[in-house]
Amino acid sequence: MADRIQSRVWKFGDGINSDLILPGHAISRPIPDQRKYVFEANRPGWAAQVQPGDVIVAGFDFGVGSGRPTPRVLKDAGISVILAESFNGLFLRQCVNFGLPIMQCAGVRALFEEMDPVEVDFDAWCAVNRRTGRRVEANTLPEMLKRTMLTGGVVPFLISQGYIREAVPLRPA
Amino acid sequence: MGMNIAEKILAAHAGADTVKPQDVVEVTPDTIVLIDVNFQIPSMGWEFLRIADPERVLVVFDHYVPAKDIASASAHRLGREFVRKFGIKRFHDVGLRQGISHQVIGEEGYALPGDILVCVDSHTCSAGAFNAVARGLGTAEVTSATCLGKTWFQCGETVRYELEGRIAEFVAPKDVFLHLANVYGAHTLQNMEFHGPVVEHWEIDERRALATMCAEVGVEFALFPCDRKLEHYLHARGRSGFSPVMPDPDARYAAERRIDVSGIEPMIALPHQVMNNCKPAGELNDVKVDQCFIGACCNGTLEDIRIAAQIVKGRKVADGVRFIVTPASQNVHRQAIEAGYVGTLLEAGAIMTSATCGACGGSALGVLAPGERAISAGPRNFKGRMGSPDAEIFLGSSASVAASALTGRITDPRSV
Repeated sequence: MADRIQSRVWKFGDGINSDLILPGHAISRPIPDQRKYVFEANRPGWAAQVQPGDVIVAGFDFGVGSGRPTPRVLKDAGISVILAESFNGLFLRQCVNFGLPIMQCAGVRALFEEMDPVEVDFDAWCAVNRRTGRRVEANTLPEMLKRTMLTGGVVPFLISQGYIREAVPLRPA
Repeated sequence: MGMNIAEKILAAHAGADTVKPQDVVEVTPDTIVLIDVNFQIPSMGWEFLRIADPERVLVVFDHYVPAKDIASASAHRLGREFVRKFGIKRFHDVGLRQGISHQVIGEEGYALPGDILVCVDSHTCSAGAFNAVARGLGTAEVTSATCLGKTWFQCGETVRYELEGRIAEFVAPKDVFLHLANVYGAHTLQNMEFHGPVVEHWEIDERRALATMCAEVGVEFALFPCDRKLEHYLHARGRSGFSPVMPDPDARYAAERRIDVSGIEPMIALPHQVMNNCKPAGELNDVKVDQCFIGACCNGTLEDIRIAAQIVKGRKVADGVRFIVTPASQNVHRQAIEAGYVGTLLEAGAIMTSATCGACGGSALGVLAPGERAISAGPRNFKGRMGSPDAEIFLGSSASVAASALTGRITDPRSV
């Protein structure tokens, strides 16, 4: 994952929760299919429009709710970064662990219109609207968390060290 | 400057003299709770090949009990294989001692004052009622904690609540929480610490109901003090040798709020969130409901079933209304039968289900159709949570839910 990302923006409101991102019924579907159901309740059709690399700009308490693997499905849908006024603590942790870069930026929502081009810089911890030239500073994350978040999260490490395996077929007992 | 409860527990586990907001600490959790969801592989979990310490891990099946489909049956089977492979001693399989993990943690005394307890599930802040630091970590981190035996926390600011005054009849901790959620809204990246005579008055299950709900305002940890009542509760479960953790007299708080509970009425959260979105039940009498649900991690206790039975005794559930009661554990279910509550509820037209997360998560046992409306004693009312995204979920206390089941409309329990 590059520390600098250029892309286009999708705008969302406050309180975008875990169940909107990954609806309960989608959890038991195959992982590659789960992305089709992202935001089906609040923004039907979005999953078919989003393109690889797109960025979400949202309001307060993004990701509030359950411990289901919401950042994974957002990554699978194509999202490269989320910028929000604030993030739920459990969601923030999940983003670190699943390697979905996020930035908390006060005032970010007012800075962008839908489909604006955006540049996000994790070295300088800021985002720039490439249409207007306006820029917003982000809250930094501790270096250890930033490094994990920008290098794919904790799961590849656990697999490479032989702690876990991704899939297990059920065998006759 | 002194420390509050969360800071003290984090500092003790991190081997640090002090911990303050923004500090990141690495800690070894005392207890890691795995649930059936962790064995939904590959969607929610991974196969464990090596784990750090089987003594610190316990396994509870709760989201899908009994198994509802091949996927959940497979998760249960993988969970049982995990228990055998690693010699997990504390295992709550479908049967005698099964229940919702947050309820079982209380019943068995698995969380002790000063402990750190973690689980995948967001409502793990429930165990803050036991004077412990507890929270949901999500699928990847609880897996990592199980493998490596450690996890991290970034310490948040703490808001201290002093609950005072005389709580009215039929006003539950749920109503107090909904009042706080309505007035103060999000506590994102913050801890909530509760004190005061109302807390002392509440039984441990009631404190746990409030602690569990704190997930809905985005809290990191919900903390309660350790008092004689909690010590007695834990001694009755064979637990001793723990050290209560109380805040220093000069502990720092982001805010200190005195709440007079005397004026709090039965409260209802409106669809589709609780933050800044609640009203008194008495103002919602025009709202018709199709389904009334008592249960889930916050409100499936014996007290919830007792009050429901008291309200519906000798009466009937309204025509066209489904009243579903889900005990939070097999233990609660047995006690509710012995006390006669189950008979009273069935006579009134309620149905009792197995001890499981049930209708709250919308995956089984009481799914809502498009256009339907429910009042639920569960913790969460996100759009689509209990089934169709075109359904509506109102949240209230078990008393409010039982009263609504009798009238078919959202009803203040003091009016029936």
